Amino acid sequence: MDPLQQNYFALFQLPTQFEVDLTLLDQQYRKLQSEIHPDRFTNASCIERMRSMQLATYANEAYRALKDNTARARYLLQLQGIETLEESNTAMPADFLMLQMEWREAIDDAVQSKNIHALDDLLSEIKQIATSLTSQFSQAFQNKDVTSAAESVRKLSFIDKITADIHRNIENLEA
Amino acid sequence: MALLQIAEPGMSAAPHQHKLAVGIDLGTTNSLVATVQSGMSTVLLDEQGHALLPSVVRYAENGDVVVGHAAQIAQSADPKNTISSVKRFMGRGIQDIPDTTHIPYKFRDSGAGMVQIETRAGIKSPVEISAEILRNLKLRAEKALGGELTGAVITVPAYFDDAQRQATKDAAKIAGLHVLRLLNEPTAAAVAYGLDNASEGVYVIYDLGGGTFDVSILRLSKGIFEVLATNGDSALGGDDFDHRIFCWILAEAKLPPLNQEDTRLLLTKAREVKEWLSENPEAQITSVLSTGKLVNIKLSAHKFAELTQTLVLKTLTPTRKALRDAGLSIGDINGVVMVGGATRMPPIRQAVADFFKQEPLTNLDPDKVVALGAAIQANVLAGNRNEDDLLLLDVIPLSLGIETMGGLVERIIPRNATLPVARAQDFTTFKDGQTAMSIHVLQGERELVSDCRSLAKFELRGIPPMAAGAARIRVTFQVDADGLLSVTAREQSSGVAADVVVKPSYGLTEDEITNMLKSSFGAAEQDKKARALREAVVDAERLVEAIDAALAQDGNLLSEVERTEIEAQIRLLNEVCNSEDSSAIHKAVDLLNHATESFAAKRMDASVRKALAGQELDKLKL
Repeated sequence: MDPLQQNYFALFQLPTQFEVDLTLLDQQYRKLQSEIHPDRFTNASCIERMRSMQLATYANEAYRALKDNTARARYLLQLQGIETLEESNTAMPADFLMLQMEWREAIDDAVQSKNIHALDDLLSEIKQIATSLTSQFSQAFQNKDVTSAAESVRKLSFIDKITADIHRNIENLEA
Repeated sequence: MALLQIAEPGMSAAPHQHKLAVGIDLGTTNSLVATVQSGMSTVLLDEQGHALLPSVVRYAENGDVVVGHAAQIAQSADPKNTISSVKRFMGRGIQDIPDTTHIPYKFRDSGAGMVQIETRAGIKSPVEISAEILRNLKLRAEKALGGELTGAVITVPAYFDDAQRQATKDAAKIAGLHVLRLLNEPTAAAVAYGLDNASEGVYVIYDLGGGTFDVSILRLSKGIFEVLATNGDSALGGDDFDHRIFCWILAEAKLPPLNQEDTRLLLTKAREVKEWLSENPEAQITSVLSTGKLVNIKLSAHKFAELTQTLVLKTLTPTRKALRDAGLSIGDINGVVMVGGATRMPPIRQAVADFFKQEPLTNLDPDKVVALGAAIQANVLAGNRNEDDLLLLDVIPLSLGIETMGGLVERIIPRNATLPVARAQDFTTFKDGQTAMSIHVLQGERELVSDCRSLAKFELRGIPPMAAGAARIRVTFQVDADGLLSVTAREQSSGVAADVVVKPSYGLTEDEITNMLKSSFGAAEQDKKARALREAVVDAERLVEAIDAALAQDGNLLSEVERTEIEAQIRLLNEVCNSEDSSAIHKAVDLLNHATESFAAKRMDASVRKALAGQELDKLKL
């Protein structure tokens, strides 16, 4: 089968499921790149070089998607034909909206008072919630409850964004 | 410390000729060329025994182009025609150069586009000036190795953007070098160190060169060098430390604004003082200016550290960012490698040791380590080594995005994505019958177009005319292993490929490069034809060689019919190679490429299976 048509899990010969052995993923990714990377084809014909670039690009894309919890969850749903629509579907349960507001306020306060430690603390707090959301997704996905699985992905996506925001703020404070 | 001995691939089934490949460190201050000889990576010396070639180019009165030490000596006497640190201007516009008043060159403001310098030999682009340095190193290597080079790996700062990388590749083209790969300097340094120490783990490469600062974080394991994050400042380097000393001399000696010769004189003095202070507690500065005024002052190492403290601290901001991007903290770092002559300065070493809470590694010469690593990679890429022992997985240093409504940038490829990487984006037309559109590509981390660097405007033409909003044009942004962007576009419903016309913001167009090539080889029509023929033959030979090797290795993947067809096309190509007709050669190359298309696909798929199936397929191959 054309490797470019295989799903990301199949490409690395891993079972199509949320739980991934990250060490094995690393190993498979490296083994694959060792064979197909453009550096292995610098003296090959232009067709082989092109094909090598396509494959290496696809392997990088697949690795990126499987390595990260949110991206992997989103991809699993996509394979079932379910789009998580993070851009358009911003409806969230009230308790999560409350959390969001609290976090935003905490960031503003910390930035105002130039308190990097407070931002670090917030990061670990958010990380804990992300961990529990990840297991919620895993449960829902196993139970074929794709609606709540998709909601978990949207929440995780939001958390990724706010995490990036906090990092940016820390960066600005440090500069 | 010597590099580890690397055995030649004597076990190879089809013993082939050792290919002459070099690694070139095209530096801001100095450039070097190195190669792997008898398994050792070695810097090649010039006839006077110098390893470092000062990156200085002089356009002399008699029309000669002088490169290196001889040019450097003339710097004070002929500042306008003696260009140093040209790397700072690669892929840059005039507005990017922070302080033109302290630079003695006559810049030509070409409006938009890359800055140009007026010399007595005419208007020169930084690309042409860099090409002179590369040509000099190429000649040095060919003399030392006794043959024509197969190719070169040229290093660039990891933090170079697309325009700067493209400019470097163009310079190589003008110098007549086949570029096997553009390699990031910190990665090259890691290769030199990695093979030496057989290190595993996470390493930080702190690279402070003459004009650029780079920091990369790499994970090394079993011959794979994986860049986790890179950051830097492409306008911070050892030259800035010289400049601080220069400004201090002006203030301390209460000098009026200086002419260009005196500026050059004191800047050179400042560099000597900086180097002296790496070994000594105090420096005496004595100079006689053209006005007859005597400058005679002392600078202590302590005062120097104070003057340059902000510069030292400036390197730690990108370092922190890179750590954060890699998701690592200081405790995760197994070692810190120092690269670049500027890391000899004690304040720098101290700051790095304090920051990482460990002594940095300095056992390889910081001036040579990049070239040595590049040579090792060149040797691998040229095919002189076993396939499975070294692989570099590098990243894109700066995010790529496109301009959207309201002057905002929409990010398409995030920084630190592993190369090669591609993203597809769908666009649509907003007018009935619209057949063209323009896409503005930018590089940088900021949200506003005005805060990012403009790379190029891509014009899509030949979109089939449809009602507004009906056309769906999928634009694919591909960044290759050199970190260079290419764009392709296809209308989805009709499948029609759109033409993509590139207008680089700071680069050179194909025509400009062709003109530079012409002027560097003489404009005679005969020459041009001869060159075209020579290039066609070289390309054809390279292709035949590649296919022969593929047939020897994986011929079993082909049916008898397929194999006969390929062999017939090879024979045809070999025949027309003697015909002195370059267009016939191109045609035969195309035919041969076409004939091997499915073979190439089969081979690649077999590689994928082999990678993951391990043993079984290896047995099959025997």
